Amino acid sequence: MTNPVREDDLHAYVDGALPEARRLEVEAWLAAHPEDAARVRAWAAQDQALHAAFDAVLNEPLPIDLVRAARRKPARMPYKVVAAALAFVASGLVGYGIGLRADQPAPAPLHFARDAAIAHAVFSPEVRHPVEVDATHAAHLVSWLSKRIGTQLKAPDFGALGFELLGGRLLAGESGPVAQFMYQDAGGRRVTLYVRRAVAGNRETAFRHATENGVEVFYWIDHDFGYALSGQIARADMQRLGDAAYLQLTGKAAAAN
Amino acid sequence: MRSRPDLIEHLPRLRRYARALTGDVARADDLVQDTLERALAKLDLWQPGSDLRAWLFTLMHNLFVNQLRTRRPQDTALDEALDIPVSGGQMEALAARDIHAALARLPEEQREAILLVGLEQFSYAEAAQVLGVPVGTVMSRLARARERMRQMLAGEPAVQLKVVK
Repeated sequence: MTNPVREDDLHAYVDGALPEARRLEVEAWLAAHPEDAARVRAWAAQDQALHAAFDAVLNEPLPIDLVRAARRKPARMPYKVVAAALAFVASGLVGYGIGLRADQPAPAPLHFARDAAIAHAVFSPEVRHPVEVDATHAAHLVSWLSKRIGTQLKAPDFGALGFELLGGRLLAGESGPVAQFMYQDAGGRRVTLYVRRAVAGNRETAFRHATENGVEVFYWIDHDFGYALSGQIARADMQRLGDAAYLQLTGKAAAAN
Repeated sequence: MRSRPDLIEHLPRLRRYARALTGDVARADDLVQDTLERALAKLDLWQPGSDLRAWLFTLMHNLFVNQLRTRRPQDTALDEALDIPVSGGQMEALAARDIHAALARLPEEQREAILLVGLEQFSYAEAAQVLGVPVGTVMSRLARARERMRQMLAGEPAVQLKVVK
């Protein structure tokens, strides 16, 4: 062992903040020092317990007052605020939207793309707990989410495009539960597939594209269910992933852009 | 005219942090609300391209600290005096209520450190920026928080923790 392992190293080990070489040294140290190993395990368990206790807050519908406060313009146009609040109530999932054109409520499919983009923005930056169920339990994950959503889901395979399934989570939505699958490539880039029951009256849409606050979204509605693939990566890459998802989930080639 | 960043996507995380920090739904959302108001008032000071999330958490931290200054000091003295025996860990089985109780009994600056790093996954440097202290201070607060939590959670059942609190 070159450098003695200090208290800070043990914390950095728990926090995933050590360079690989040092991490291995600390691991060797822990193997030989059971008391330190027990402390490290306890600290890691604390982090897990914190997530178990508070991650549910991420899924809660946002209080309307906070949505208003976040949208408040420096001055005037209160009717837009009201319209935004109404749109908030009307929209699905977590019930809020980004980039809302308040005086001209977006049609439902656009709501859908926006909700998907938000869910992507909320969960994809999570470093250590991006998913509720990880991909090592892929079969369980898919059947669990299928049961909750009410249709037989399929997690598309993006292996040929360099993205592997990381896992998934169930989100609470006002119009019912939402499934989110998350994928990651070797460079750590993430895309999410968002599935929920479509609002009545929106039986089908073609394969569409939207950009919501820098998030590229490819989405479609098929047999009462809406699907949206979101990512903050180059549009050409997103297009390839979107095409693959659409083909695998509908059996049809994506016709539109 | 530069475009205005959207604060909505940061709300879920701000709420999670505030909830854990205050341990109270209403107080947490009040803190988020104050943070948003402050953010909108000071938006010109935010540098586009820099980390909006870290900036919002910094505002929230400052508001939280100001609130503490105007409140009666809580049960810190009692907290410091407690000497809970350390026993073998059954950490893996931690229940949420144990964590709530233990968090509530950490001194605020330690609570902030463990939540920013352990829950919100800020790097040490980012946490230092949010808290306005050197990285070494974050590390020592984090170390004290984790050891304290370990003692509280390993030693006593949650029921007793609640009684003491």
